[in-house]
Amino acid sequence: MSVKSTIVSQFEQVATEQERKLARLSDDTKLIECGLDSLSFAIIVARLEDSLGVDPFSAERAVDFPVTFGDFVTLYEGLAK
Amino acid sequence: MPSKPRSLWDSITAAGPPAGSLYGCGGGVALAGLAHASILGGRLEELRGRSVLLAMTDQLTAALAIAELDGVARRMVLLTPGLAAEHLPAVIAGAAADARVQDTDRCSPGREIGIGISVDARARLEPHPVRRASTCETEWILLTSGTTGAPKLVQHDLASLTAALADGPPAPEVVWATFYDIRRYGGLQIYLRALHAGSLVLSDPAEPLIGFLARAAAAGVTHISGTPSHWRRVLMSGAAATIAPRYVRLSGEIADQAILDGLKAAYPEATVAHAFASTEAGVAFEVRDGRAGFPATLLDAPGSPVHLRVAEGTLRIRSAGNAHGYLGVDTGSFPRASDDAVDTGDRIEQRADRCYFLGRQGGVINVGGLKVYPEEIEAVINSHPWVRMSRVSARRNPITGAVVVADVVLAEADGTGGRPPSEALERELLHSCRVSLAPYKVPAAIRIVPGLEVSAAGKLARPDA
Repeated sequence: MSVKSTIVSQFEQVATEQERKLARLSDDTKLIECGLDSLSFAIIVARLEDSLGVDPFSAERAVDFPVTFGDFVTLYEGLAK
Repeated sequence: MPSKPRSLWDSITAAGPPAGSLYGCGGGVALAGLAHASILGGRLEELRGRSVLLAMTDQLTAALAIAELDGVARRMVLLTPGLAAEHLPAVIAGAAADARVQDTDRCSPGREIGIGISVDARARLEPHPVRRASTCETEWILLTSGTTGAPKLVQHDLASLTAALADGPPAPEVVWATFYDIRRYGGLQIYLRALHAGSLVLSDPAEPLIGFLARAAAAGVTHISGTPSHWRRVLMSGAAATIAPRYVRLSGEIADQAILDGLKAAYPEATVAHAFASTEAGVAFEVRDGRAGFPATLLDAPGSPVHLRVAEGTLRIRSAGNAHGYLGVDTGSFPRASDDAVDTGDRIEQRADRCYFLGRQGGVINVGGLKVYPEEIEAVINSHPWVRMSRVSARRNPITGAVVVADVVLAEADGTGGRPPSEALERELLHSCRVSLAPYKVPAAIRIVPGLEVSAAGKLARPDA
């Protein structure tokens, strides 16, 4: 499964668990408008660390906080090689 | 003759009528209006001398009620939103509550157990002849969660809650906003600051973040406060530039260098300050140098009104901002250290001239500023027939500081079959956690493990503790 499809399925899974309505995800979907709250993002990041083996936010260099879904995917694609 | 108790209203009107306003989702209320008007429908006097539960869904209503009741009620119990109904009887009994103020019918705790007086409040001032006479030193009760999920009743009064407020002339041009709920300690500090100097924009849990930022901007926000988790959400919103504050404050969680740098980049003109406070210990300090941690020179500083020291690895604070204790059955569990300081339970490590927070002692987990006791979650997991034991711990998280994860040991399959596959059990366990726990307490991940270490004393080994 590609990095992107792993991420999409985690978004969908967590949205279902948190009983939130997930917006259609495209690269320019703003994260804040996708229907998930902070806790949902926290859970997604924790689970992606398990499934992809990386946490881009823990990297030594400072990262820009992602604003769009595309930013978010790019952060992971850059590390999950 | 004893001097007349000085109430919150006396304090904010000492230099003349207050110039500021409180803003909720539905509009603003000028504080000066409280001189001749009330939100309590003319029933303020019925609450004089009573122990009053403040059960409001709307923050603006709560903010106005607090301003009306200090100096009038014998005790105010600030119920936090989302307090589980099962804990209410203990809170009502512990606080000997004999009255309540509520803003919706959905929210009238104690009805079923026959609490005395019930007053409806609305976030709208109506002209009433009000006697703003202070006749008692009101005890303020704040709730914090305990090991079993049952809240502890933390005792404060106006003096302890305002100990950290700087003296000085009111500055009406200051407009505060806070992501916090003012019924929790961090939010209450901002509320009290704002009432003494300026205005305050209150948040609403149902309002999208962008809407709140837009309201804060419209009110001309200059000072704004939240947890690092709130601020990460702002930076991820793409709407950070909606506001242009000159003071940005973080508290309630460990502020790491990434979030401090992120805020400095987003608000280059602003002072970015991180503060440490706890409901029991009060406000300890504020750091403005843009670096994580705090200067070691703050420890054992002679002559400081807030005395900080590190003993047995945790931060101890002694100041006029300390809470007086716990009310009710938990009296003995108040974390009072031998030198009368309050043990915050926050572990500190000193590296060179700087002190850093390592997390909580005793395994308490901080998820986005909310305290989680592992034992409460373990109790839910352990109640499943196929679970032998479990251990809940924190995993560091860039969004909420930490999330909760659980390691679970299953009972042996007894050969008669019937034990569901691990994946199905993980789903069942998550489901039962979701049914009985607040969302931030539900584990982000459950791992089935072959065994868990037990210490020589027979207790579950907790690596974080």
